[in-house]
Amino acid sequence: MEKVLEIKDLHVSFSTYGGDVKAVRGVTFDLHKGETLAIVGESGCGKSVTSQSIMRLIPSPPGKITQGEILFKGRNLTNVSETEMRKIRGADISMIFQDPMTALNPTLSVGEQIIEGIRQHKNIGQAEGRKAALEMMELVGIPSAAVRMKQYPHQFSGGMRQRIVIAMALVCQPEVLIADEPTTALDVTIQAQILELFRDIQEKTGVSIILITHDLGVVAQVADRIAVMYAGKIVETGSRREIFYNPQHPYTRGLLRSVPRLDADDAELLPIDGSPPDLFSPPAGCPFAARCEHAMEVCSRVYPNKTRLTSIHQVDCWLQDERAPKKMAARI
Amino acid sequence: MNSYFVKRVIAMFVTLWLIITLTFFLMHSIPGNPFATDRNTNEAVQKNLNSFYHLDDPLYVQYGSYLKSLVTFNLGPSIKQSAFTVNELIGRGFPVSMELGLWTLVVAVVCGILLGVVAALRHNGIIDYLAMTLAVIGISVPNFVMATLLIQQFAVNWPIFPVATWSSPMHMVLPILALASGPMAIIARLTRSSMIEVLAQDYIRTARAKGLSPAKIVFKHALRNALMPVVTLLGALAAGILTGTFVIEKIFAIPGMGKYFVESINQRDYPVIMGTTVFYSAILIIMLYLVDLAYGIIDPRIKLGKKEG
Repeated sequence: MEKVLEIKDLHVSFSTYGGDVKAVRGVTFDLHKGETLAIVGESGCGKSVTSQSIMRLIPSPPGKITQGEILFKGRNLTNVSETEMRKIRGADISMIFQDPMTALNPTLSVGEQIIEGIRQHKNIGQAEGRKAALEMMELVGIPSAAVRMKQYPHQFSGGMRQRIVIAMALVCQPEVLIADEPTTALDVTIQAQILELFRDIQEKTGVSIILITHDLGVVAQVADRIAVMYAGKIVETGSRREIFYNPQHPYTRGLLRSVPRLDADDAELLPIDGSPPDLFSPPAGCPFAARCEHAMEVCSRVYPNKTRLTSIHQVDCWLQDERAPKKMAARI
Repeated sequence: MNSYFVKRVIAMFVTLWLIITLTFFLMHSIPGNPFATDRNTNEAVQKNLNSFYHLDDPLYVQYGSYLKSLVTFNLGPSIKQSAFTVNELIGRGFPVSMELGLWTLVVAVVCGILLGVVAALRHNGIIDYLAMTLAVIGISVPNFVMATLLIQQFAVNWPIFPVATWSSPMHMVLPILALASGPMAIIARLTRSSMIEVLAQDYIRTARAKGLSPAKIVFKHALRNALMPVVTLLGALAAGILTGTFVIEKIFAIPGMGKYFVESINQRDYPVIMGTTVFYSAILIIMLYLVDLAYGIIDPRIKLGKKEG
């Protein structure tokens, strides 16, 4: 499959008065054409920072990409100029943010906010821009778009606003769409509609989507591939099936166990004990070791190698090492 | 939408009437009268004068007749400058004060906003510190001190501008600078803080994610949202500046309206006190009304008197 985007060994840190926070510590993944890759993990694991680094939107200072490559169409985005980057933002790679209530400018009509995006990247007039914006608003399912485009964000509901944000992101037909928690601020029925819209749009336009979320329910609905992030590292990658039915990393298992289930008799939640490590001074070994019930001595000392289980399923865990006691591996 | 505007206009008149009433009775409660000078005026003469200006009538009669003449925009005669009516005094002074005031406003608003924006963009950088130092100086140095310093530097030590009076554009530069420094500093600080807040908003990030240029982000997306507090301030500021400032007009010998405010009170020139107060209040009330209208233009969420459809 054709790779659209390749992230290689990305490190991002934020300098603060207390020292450097190493938010992303060596993330590697690629995105194939037309697929949806979900990056899941708890708050503060570095998933949003990763996505904003791809767009080079992390506030700098204090944020800085300290190491690694972001390859898009053979170009390394970590060292192109800001002017070049502006041509890529919105045109080739676009982004959707979490809260549609605040992501739109309250003083500009939604139509204008979509049109200015197209006109920034394509040499077209206001009238043509309007036409393109109108088509896009219809595509994302906004009824009577011609009237609606003259209105302002406060005249739209949350779900409709998120559709506007999506229209804005897609209007230049980007190849990559990064959606950072696109449904978190919406209620469940709207959430389902928006996810449906993502699938629909992907079918029509073939856009590749990186979906950042902490909601495993969302992931189960739309992701082709899943990357599980913990403390600035991707600890397990696999197809949706592999991650949900055959998770190998103790953290992934813990994450899946902590999802409330309606069908189980035993309604008690099973949280993961403890809390993520301090990223001012991340542990040398596996960052999950301190919370892991299967931790061995080696875990807290050396970070495990990647173990390839299938063509796409990879996991960073010492339990997969051939030297690990087999009993232990079987038990988890 | 009409009911709001009708209500607003009625409220404006009520406000004005309250101001007139309060000023009228407060003014008459101050001891002394227009003819109490060092020279001992003959009692009979004083009596005649009092009856000529109807000052011997009971207060409520005077109040009634004042209101009556006010309705016809007649502010009465000046007692101290008996050759002129109050209308004439204002008619002579106000155009000059307004010219000075308008230019001052333009300078203060343009420079203040620019300074504030630049400071916000270079937040905590050297330019920010420089701009804010300038602003603190502008706020803390009173305009009469600023005026004297400017005259000393740019009219005496280095004579590029005339010292005083009001006749050519060159004459205007120093008074405008002296008068604008304070408001400019206030606007700069206000713009900076609200700009910093707006630049941290999600929709600015959205704009950046669209690939817009920094100039577009600042002027199209940020400034409009950041200007609301400045607009709020502008109404009161404009009324104050447009109707003239006593000190600056005195220092630069500008024949504006400002001196009447102060002199009339010292001289107990009742009609002039009333006239200038009413005039100033009317302008202030109109400015505040304009500010309210401006809100609706800047921010579409504010629809005055319109029901959400």
